[in-house]
Amino acid sequence: MNIKMSGINKAFGGNPVLRDAGFELSDGEIHALMGENGAGKSTLMKILTGVYTKDAGEIYVDGQEVCYKNPQEAEKAGIVFIHQELNVLFDMTVEENMFLGKEITKKFGVCDKQAMRAEVKKILDTLGVNISPAASMDTLSIGQQQMIEIAKALMVDAKVIIMDEPTAALTQKETEVLFGVVRSLKEKGVSIVYISHRMEEIFELCDRITILRDGQYIGTREISKTDMTEVVKMMIGREIGERYPERDVKIGDIAFEVKDLNCPGVFSDISFQVRAGEVLGVAGLMGAGRTEIMQSIFGNMPNVTGQIFVEGKEVHNKNPEQAMKNGIGFITEDRKTEGLMLEESIMKNIAITNLGRISSNGVLNKKSEMDMVKAGIEELHIKCTGPDHYCNKLSGGNQQKVVFAKWIFTDPKVLILDEPTRGVDIGAKKEIYSIINNLAAQGVAIIMVSSELPEVLGMSDRIMVITEGKIGGFIDRQDANQENVMILATGGQNDGK
Amino acid sequence: MESNKLMNKIQDLGALIALIALVLVISIISPQFRTIDNFLSLVRQSSINGFIAFGMTCVILTGGIDLSVGSTLALSTAFCASFIKGGMPVGIAMILALLIGVGCGLVSGTLVTKGRLQPFIATLITMTVYRGITMIFMDGKPISGLGSSFLLKFVGKGSLFGIPFPVILFVLVFLLFFFVLQKTVFGRRVYATGSNAESAKLSGVNINKTKLITYAISGGMAALSGLILLSRLASAQPTLGNGYELDAIASVALGGTSMNGGRGRIWGTFVGVLIIAVLNNGLNIMGVSSYYQSVVKGIVILIAVLSDRKR
Repeated sequence: MNIKMSGINKAFGGNPVLRDAGFELSDGEIHALMGENGAGKSTLMKILTGVYTKDAGEIYVDGQEVCYKNPQEAEKAGIVFIHQELNVLFDMTVEENMFLGKEITKKFGVCDKQAMRAEVKKILDTLGVNISPAASMDTLSIGQQQMIEIAKALMVDAKVIIMDEPTAALTQKETEVLFGVVRSLKEKGVSIVYISHRMEEIFELCDRITILRDGQYIGTREISKTDMTEVVKMMIGREIGERYPERDVKIGDIAFEVKDLNCPGVFSDISFQVRAGEVLGVAGLMGAGRTEIMQSIFGNMPNVTGQIFVEGKEVHNKNPEQAMKNGIGFITEDRKTEGLMLEESIMKNIAITNLGRISSNGVLNKKSEMDMVKAGIEELHIKCTGPDHYCNKLSGGNQQKVVFAKWIFTDPKVLILDEPTRGVDIGAKKEIYSIINNLAAQGVAIIMVSSELPEVLGMSDRIMVITEGKIGGFIDRQDANQENVMILATGGQNDGK
Repeated sequence: MESNKLMNKIQDLGALIALIALVLVISIISPQFRTIDNFLSLVRQSSINGFIAFGMTCVILTGGIDLSVGSTLALSTAFCASFIKGGMPVGIAMILALLIGVGCGLVSGTLVTKGRLQPFIATLITMTVYRGITMIFMDGKPISGLGSSFLLKFVGKGSLFGIPFPVILFVLVFLLFFFVLQKTVFGRRVYATGSNAESAKLSGVNINKTKLITYAISGGMAALSGLILLSRLASAQPTLGNGYELDAIASVALGGTSMNGGRGRIWGTFVGVLIIAVLNNGLNIMGVSSYYQSVVKGIVILIAVLSDRKR
């Protein structure tokens, strides 16, 4: 199936999001769609699949002009959109989720569970993932849930699959599995539109790339005839320079230490140190226990034993409130559900971690609150209309900056970052790296968990690799590369290949 | 954009506009309604629901609900009456009654936080149990003959400068709640807990403590309401306060507070309480039967909540 979109315009409430945007897709190709957040990638694809209606422009599918009125029509035509935000019913099983709305029934509308389970198993097997059809959705990792979403698309026999940031939550291994599936789909003649921020993946996987900027079509290139520098330049309209800004920090004394941290069944024997001004990268596969270790340090996990020291003094973090008082800050991996109150203003969000600072005797001081929030917006370059801007109306990068602002004012001695740049565009990523560097320069000990290996390699002074709940090893910056980190992360074996 | 803001403002004030409209309409229809005396007595009546509704607002803002307020009211007044009858100084008996109310709230709050019960279930349990304890304690019979203490009479029937004492207390308590919710650290924590509990917890807010305190407040306010009733009736009844939780919740909803927590205004509840009172009083004066009154009340709440949902 080939698709040609041209001259597409779309505005929301007088705000133009797409201006003369276009896109072409050929039979059986993997076509990357790139652009910064807000460039209009998702909007363009939502217009193609009938989620939104276009204001102007033309869409041709196999030479015929089309205009799908809703996603169901597009799906019938063979175009499936796998959204970034997972569309999952957590209390139901894998099989129930996959067949929702298209259940196989016997007489009188009785569900044919066996037939459905067999079908689910077949599709999951082709994906190479080992998930039971009877498993409840909420017992699966985010990565596994993503796989189920992809399986759902395969179920309707799609000719074009649009994937919006499919690997954002996947481990390296799951990503490789996904790539294998995508390539085999391509061989069967299915075309893939691949929306991603991850340059390395696009250059590994895709045939062509189309770039949008500020809602406009910028250009299309053959992957083999372009390079990352050109793509980045097309995306942001200028040279970005080094992706990971230089950090010139004198690393100080040991600021933070963990000894023999254990949580039965989750992780064991976790001991490490971080020095003031040091960035300790934490790598590992998803499900290795990285997030759980960090949550434990922050007092948000039950049944944890072990010792934690901040600047040489032992602390007991029974809950996040105490951890905070003991000088620890925590930027969680999911800013939407854990990091922010999305329906509140920037001001209320930054204030909530700093209530002590802006109040006396329990009464808030509006002026010091306003001063603090304005300083945060200015220092971190948060793009907004002001302190009253609602967080759900900010881009991902700016939301993440608000989360950083929340913690910067608490003057943490140790700051834990769990996936600090997930779902953030390149420009904002670089700004966040600069924020991290500034914090390190101020002597904050930084622990950075990330599933993006280039980021871990580019930002860390040392890398701690977690494998199956244990420390696989430490690697210094100068010795680190993708291979030796992955070998440690997979328990020393080169599995999966 | 500007007209949008204006629309929001109007919707923000929707409950207030509805209140004014109701008062105007009923005033035109009924001459008895539009007297100062009637307005004062209307506000005095509304204070009983008002105290409960203020406490309820705090609980609902954290994402909870407190069904036990009516039973808490009955339990605390029963004890208060028996203390007074037993010869205890009225002031001390009243303070003890307030403490009993706070204690009742703490039990509900503990079930919600430590017991991890859903607030609806937890307070359904305490509602049932408190009512039962009240019945057992009073043996199903009212307690009356409480003597002629000045304080006991003053709380419900007294006036200062011609304004009934419950009305003055109602306004003072409203101002206190307004201050606490808008200007204090605790208020900010209440909103944060309801807006996103997980995020609040990871931002160092002790959400369990915050919730516990709101239930304690709710219990204490129910007991305060009970004291006004005790004074006005000069007796305690085992069935006192039956169904009061519903009027309180309705007032909170009328005032635009989200039942999911995190969003709402105490002055909205204040207006909501007055709307309920105007409806009760106005419909009574106009001689509408109580059967029809319930239907009218329900419809008014429906309209208010629907118009609130647009934003």
